Amino acid sequence: MFSIDKVSMSYRSGVFFSGKRHSVLSDISFQWTPGECLGIIGESGSGKSTLGKLLLGIQKPDSGTILWNGKAVTDHKNRRGSISAVFQDYTSSINPFYTVEKALLEPLLHIGASGKPPYPVLDSLLEQVGLDSSCRGKYPHELSGGEAQRVCIARALSTKPQCILFDEAISSLDGSVQMQILELLKELSSTEKMGFIFITHDIGAAAYLCSRLIIMQDGTIREIVHTDQLKSVETSYAKKLLNSVIL
Amino acid sequence: MKLLSIMRRDKWAAVCFTFLSAVIAAGIFAPWFAPHPPEEVHMELRFAGASWTYWLGNDHLGRCVLSRLIYGIRPSVLWVLAALSASVAIGAFAGFAAGYFRGKTDVLLMRLCDVMLSFPGYVMTLAVIGIMGPGLEHILIAFVLMKWAWFARIIRTSVLQYSNSDYVRFSKMLGLPGVSIMIRHLLPVTLPDILVVSSSSFGSMILQISGFSFLGLGIQAPNAEWGMMLNEARSVMFSKPELMLAPGIAIVLVVSAVNFLSDSFQRMLDPRLMSSRPIRLKQGFSISTRLKEREVA
Repeated sequence: MFSIDKVSMSYRSGVFFSGKRHSVLSDISFQWTPGECLGIIGESGSGKSTLGKLLLGIQKPDSGTILWNGKAVTDHKNRRGSISAVFQDYTSSINPFYTVEKALLEPLLHIGASGKPPYPVLDSLLEQVGLDSSCRGKYPHELSGGEAQRVCIARALSTKPQCILFDEAISSLDGSVQMQILELLKELSSTEKMGFIFITHDIGAAAYLCSRLIIMQDGTIREIVHTDQLKSVETSYAKKLLNSVIL
Repeated sequence: MKLLSIMRRDKWAAVCFTFLSAVIAAGIFAPWFAPHPPEEVHMELRFAGASWTYWLGNDHLGRCVLSRLIYGIRPSVLWVLAALSASVAIGAFAGFAAGYFRGKTDVLLMRLCDVMLSFPGYVMTLAVIGIMGPGLEHILIAFVLMKWAWFARIIRTSVLQYSNSDYVRFSKMLGLPGVSIMIRHLLPVTLPDILVVSSSSFGSMILQISGFSFLGLGIQAPNAEWGMMLNEARSVMFSKPELMLAPGIAIVLVVSAVNFLSDSFQRMLDPRLMSSRPIRLKQGFSISTRLKEREVA
């Protein structure tokens, strides 16, 4: 359960001593319930990636609160193993010196798995995302983009989190691979009862996967709409955005 | 383990590594390697040529050139290496802190570096020598004080480049402490950059120390040091040019070997060169072999 309440965020622009700040997010409030598939869409610069960082607890908002199951998300003990993420850039999302196996073990070791590495678990994770268990010994540069992104998904799945945040996770992949990943995610959400927060600029992909969409512009939420009522959006920005996709 | 496999792939690196190890060993065990005491004067053997007892001949006081060359490794190579490690360590510490934590830490450390770098290195070293008096240890202290800022700058840039990458973000999201992210995820990728800057400084530091000794500000007579040997040979440069050759060639060889070796390391540390080992799917086997290898390494 995520509750985001009146969150605002700004960055300092210019040099250190000048007090100018540039607002990125203002007054964001919404809720995410377990198992839900929520899409956050917006154009570049709408603040959606910053929102993603705040949700993951990597950064602190200037004002407002983000609660994960009623506790502050910025304390990593509160989110240990229950939130995970897949990022945009598959080329840099795995340490280049790590094998797939080591990358998958990292979150598992962090939540306190000890003793012998759980190889059957790793194999079944890889299988779940459609990879062969022989991938385990490969280095990131030996994987294709789609494979690397699947490894990242497997890594995110490894701790069995309640919520996985996808920050533009399929945007850098080509069309057919995108579709495969979307299919995989859809399957996972139904079999594993996991919830997703899907940050993207691709309305088509978001509508395919998500049940609810948050449309953002200039750091504010323009509209929150259920996917099945997508045609009846009210604000002019959301209409414009939708039209540009359909055309 | 890794080092050995690098050596096996790159013969040139192996040659340089062997040469440097030999030089370092000769320096550490100088009393055993040197055929004569380095400060033993034989006026009757002044400027004597190479002979079976004195392989590289004798200098203007009849001292054994080879022995002085071997004893000279200590200040010229070993102490330079120590000073270099100290300043790289300080620089890496500052650079990692600035690049990883950003914000105020970054601003504070970088302005401090700017202050240090705004003085020319030679002038500051001369100032330190002026205050503390000539001597090798004072030059080394001045080097450590002046050079760390330069390392901090370069290491910070390298860390900045990687601290935004997605795998670091993922580890931050997991809640790993900053120190372990830096050691596990940032150190391996920044190591090639650190190696290159430190090896290029190693060369320039040897040359600078030799330069100061040449000016008479470094190590004091009668101790042996390569730069000072050059300085002593200068007065007979035209009549006995061969006396300059031994220390000159020694400096050139060591500096080149360090540079070649760091080039090879940089190439070999590229993660794209690592290839996967076939994984045995039968359990237990791959685990145990892997553990053994790590223990050896």
